[in-house]
Amino acid sequence: MQLVVNVVQMAALYCLICCGYVLIYRASRVLNLAHGEFMAMGGYFLFTVTLSLISEPIPAFIIACFLSLVLGFGIYFFLMRFMAGESVFAAVLVTVSLGILLRGLMTLIWTSQSWHPLQNMKMENASHQLFEGAVISTFGIVMVASAVILYLALFLAFKFTRWGLRMRAVGEHPLLASQRGIGLHKFYALSWGIAVFSGGLAGMIQACDTGLEPSMFIIGLKAFPVVLVGGLDSLAGVIIGAFVVALAEILAINYISPQASEVAPFAVLLFMLLIRPWGLFGTKEELERV
Amino acid sequence: MAFASGYFKTSYSADLALVETRSRWVCLMVLMVGLIIFPFMASAFLLDIANQIFLAFIAAIALMLLTGYAGLISLGHAGLIAAGAFTTAILFKEINAPIYLTLPASGLVGAILGIIFGLPSLRLKGLYLALSTLALHFIVIYIGAEYESTRSYATGVIIDSPALGPLLIEDPRIWYFVFFFADILLILFAINLIRSRTGRAWIAIRDRDVAAEALGIKVARAKLSAFVICSVITSIAGCLFAYYRGFVSVEAFNLFMTIEYIAMIIIGGIGTILGAVFGTIFVVILPYAIDWIVDIFRIPTRFTTYVFAIKFAGFGLIMIVFLVLEPDGLVGIWKRLRDYFILWPFKYKTLGK
Repeated sequence: MQLVVNVVQMAALYCLICCGYVLIYRASRVLNLAHGEFMAMGGYFLFTVTLSLISEPIPAFIIACFLSLVLGFGIYFFLMRFMAGESVFAAVLVTVSLGILLRGLMTLIWTSQSWHPLQNMKMENASHQLFEGAVISTFGIVMVASAVILYLALFLAFKFTRWGLRMRAVGEHPLLASQRGIGLHKFYALSWGIAVFSGGLAGMIQACDTGLEPSMFIIGLKAFPVVLVGGLDSLAGVIIGAFVVALAEILAINYISPQASEVAPFAVLLFMLLIRPWGLFGTKEELERV
Repeated sequence: MAFASGYFKTSYSADLALVETRSRWVCLMVLMVGLIIFPFMASAFLLDIANQIFLAFIAAIALMLLTGYAGLISLGHAGLIAAGAFTTAILFKEINAPIYLTLPASGLVGAILGIIFGLPSLRLKGLYLALSTLALHFIVIYIGAEYESTRSYATGVIIDSPALGPLLIEDPRIWYFVFFFADILLILFAINLIRSRTGRAWIAIRDRDVAAEALGIKVARAKLSAFVICSVITSIAGCLFAYYRGFVSVEAFNLFMTIEYIAMIIIGGIGTILGAVFGTIFVVILPYAIDWIVDIFRIPTRFTTYVFAIKFAGFGLIMIVFLVLEPDGLVGIWKRLRDYFILWPFKYKTLGK
């Protein structure tokens, strides 16, 4: 049973992270390779807020989420906007560089030692007994809950609101969308904002759960197989992909070795590239074979 | 390329020549002589930097062929170097293999890895190679770490200096000439490769894959050949890396190493061999330059602990600045400068390149 709980918690983490990959890819066909850093930034925002502003958990989370959102908008308006007319290749390289820059800044500002925002909030990460002796930590529950809420909100927003409709239009055909009077920059910025926000949220909760250090960005890289299994342009696919990869990883930890768990997601990725490269729910036309 | 005046290509051999004018021959010869006498004049410290540049240059050229000419992004460059280094280390430790066995073996391992990781991703359009090479990185590092822990070389594998016949390659000066020779061979290989059918196919695919396919280029095969050639050269660089350092450990091959190589080609200027040269020199020297600045300005030692982070952030910032403001990199700046002086006192823009 403990295994199931671990898988669910890890899948929730991956869901939160990968939502950002999918949103940005859908909007602009750019693979955002700096997403792991955005996630770590979220954790550091929470740490700084709890350290210097307010130590109540809920307002601190709200302020840190807001900061992540602002970071996302800022990155779009001050950096990615200039890459709009350039090739996707150049834009991807820019995200790589951005990731390095952020990682350097993180180490500069917060040093490379590990921090625990929980201590600032005077909270304990208590573990709760679930059914049949399975244990989950408080922030494990928070993680699963926020993943569920975020996905519900996104699905409803995409389906029923005007902005959601426009975002889908922009993702489908930017040129036609802009000719119908949709402000492209606004919606690109929005997808970057939500992406960094959700990644940052994942980082915050993960930081509360296990602590915070710059090497956290590795989790962002391990989340790549998730999007690929689900399909790069499918939000629903991410959920399935997250479960598949989390399962592979937890099984590897339990039955092979903890070291193997670092590799397990990538083995899944290679397998997926071989048999169904557009992912379980991705659009097949998106990706032709050459 | 700009020429002052009075230079016409009047024969096919002049059109094919690698070095075009007499003044360029002179410059090249001066450079060669300078590089040959350099190790006898330089201090041990400078010699080590030169060796590092030459060594890094091999893998940088490989990445330039892949990213700059074929337009494919690889995030597994450190993994490929590690593959070469670990092949060398394992062969050396297990069967005490000499260098003329480990070098081709490293190349072979590189080729096999290139095919395994290239085949699934290169048959697709888009940047899927970035994802599968990320997988390659983690898998190679995992295998290396497993080898280290099972054979209980916990801190790393120590490798003796290689011997070519009676000649023991140990002195930095000998290493200098080994690298120098390898680099010249590699540059000639690379320049001629990209002038050939394969290289031109890569460039066509980079510029527009659909058009390239319509012209009859087998896109999948050309991409795969680009990745396999890149991984073979990189693994061989890894083998030389292992011998030069004399020590192989998984910690050396982190993602930062990959980033350094990507920085080299971006800063140097994507899509030119000269760019790889400039970029390698810039990236290898940058950390020393930062140390030097720290020394000169007597920055308190409290801050020197941040040097690594500054390097990191600096790389990122410089790469972003180049990508957004000067996509041609250092080569672009160099070309503008050179054209300015060649055409002086006129300010005509030259036609073509």
